[in-house]
Amino acid sequence: MSKREYWSSRVGAIMAVTGSAVGLGNFIRFPGQAAQYGGGAFLIPYLIAFLVVGLPLAWAEWALGRYGGNLGHNSSPGIFRAILGSRKGAYLGMLGTLMPVMIYMYYIFVEAWCLAYAWDYLTGHFSALGSDSSAIEKYFMTFVGAGGNGLMFTSSAGRMLIFLGICLVANIALIYHGVHKGIERFCNIAMPLLVVCAGIVLVRVLTLPANPAHPEQTVLNGLGYMWNPTKPGETLLHALSNPEIWLAATGQIFFSLSVGFGLILTYASYLKPKDDVALSSVTACAGNEFCEVVLGGMIAIPAAFVFLGPAVVQHPPGTFGMGFITLPNVFNQMPLGSLFGFLFFFLLFLAAITSSLSMLQPSIALLEEGLSIGRKASVTILGIVTLIGCLFVGYFSKDFTALDTLDFWMANFFIFIFATIQSVIFAWVLGINKGMEELNRGAEIKLPRVLPFMLKYISPLYLLIIFGLWVYYNLPGRLKAIATLPKDGPPVVLFSVLLILGVALFFTVIVALANRTWDKKERVS
Amino acid sequence: MSLAGWIIMLSACGSITGLMIWCIRKVVSTPESYEHLHAQTDIDPHDQD
Repeated sequence: MSKREYWSSRVGAIMAVTGSAVGLGNFIRFPGQAAQYGGGAFLIPYLIAFLVVGLPLAWAEWALGRYGGNLGHNSSPGIFRAILGSRKGAYLGMLGTLMPVMIYMYYIFVEAWCLAYAWDYLTGHFSALGSDSSAIEKYFMTFVGAGGNGLMFTSSAGRMLIFLGICLVANIALIYHGVHKGIERFCNIAMPLLVVCAGIVLVRVLTLPANPAHPEQTVLNGLGYMWNPTKPGETLLHALSNPEIWLAATGQIFFSLSVGFGLILTYASYLKPKDDVALSSVTACAGNEFCEVVLGGMIAIPAAFVFLGPAVVQHPPGTFGMGFITLPNVFNQMPLGSLFGFLFFFLLFLAAITSSLSMLQPSIALLEEGLSIGRKASVTILGIVTLIGCLFVGYFSKDFTALDTLDFWMANFFIFIFATIQSVIFAWVLGINKGMEELNRGAEIKLPRVLPFMLKYISPLYLLIIFGLWVYYNLPGRLKAIATLPKDGPPVVLFSVLLILGVALFFTVIVALANRTWDKKERVS
Repeated sequence: MSLAGWIIMLSACGSITGLMIWCIRKVVSTPESYEHLHAQTDIDPHDQD
């Protein structure tokens, strides 16, 4: 079995967690959501969600992770088993390995798109498309094979496979080199580089002149769509009375901070017993918020407004539409657009790869500690499992149905459940006093006095209310989609759910074997 | 952009940037945990008065 690993420095751990948190959502999803829900009005529920669930849960997850690491576990099944003192705990913790791996299976495609776009800007390929939005849309849809199942594997769209292959190999190679030599070293270079790239693009956007054809399309007016508290003709109270704004803001906080996935549990388990978690957690959250609100909030919407007008920011397209159709159109119209387009998509690629790396590590940790196998064997097993999943998502590429289904169940449904489980385990199973004692051990900052009350009552209650609302709005339609057989093709939604169940079964077997290994170790000791 | 928009933008970006700078300063100025161990020279036996 491999030697126990640690982060080489606290900065390295913070960089890795921040890298895990900063992703495409910071630069594309956040501005789109904010503009959609009234700009500044969105920031009120967003800030409340950050303070009530985001930051407290991040603290709890860091503390639980380090606590589990001190007990010799790096995977969420092992950590939950140790805390709950029961074999069933390991099965409960399985979600913390299942979710990241399933998300990885489609996230890697988005990572590959970013790399391909960066390459296309670097080589000047995108300049040839000009400002013809239908040509850009056609290029994207052909590239990703969204027109039909299996198209991604045909020769016309097959270029995607090259970039996908590069991303798969890069992820596996970095994971193979381990926590310190692989993840930490890479994030220590990638994260500052990402901020520099974003800074350059931000300066370019903020210094854009007004559109000569439409003088009212200025950067300042564009910023208004992002930051003005309400949309024209709407009051703040009216905007905040819409439950969807609360759901969207809370979902954004979850996805953005990477809390509730089980990723922080694993990363924090590589800390030393007396390493600080209180300050590290706030620093990682602050770094993520800086990338999201300060950098992400100032780039996409103002730039899109200057070149494309109010329609696109009043009703922003979805994340993919904004990132891979709207923004390329913006860069194509910008002076030195190839350079800024390259920088933007390269920074998105860095954001994506630092996130996808973190999605693999929880499973690597489970395979290593549960099956007592080395890095080579664990990386090989996980590489095969994720490759099967990637081929599935890649084949069923029509209208992104497989990708969307996996995203719904993993990054929306189960994330709420696992976050609530973690919150309950920290405050009620481990106990709020012991939990706070753990959080305060080695703490470099004084934690708020209200935090125990928040973690014990407010955060779980807020989570349950938001989850209840979310289920009410979304679940019936999704359940119906599973049972509905399409007339013109295979039941991709059903297949996607079966894939989730198949991978869940795989992890159930791994956890059962891991439980036997841990039982033996406990008997010996 | 309206006055309220300016206030929201500056307060949001300012507070987040301020928090991040404060955190980074605190992280880089605080020694790592293993450095909390006291060296022999740090130990004051109080017997030299």
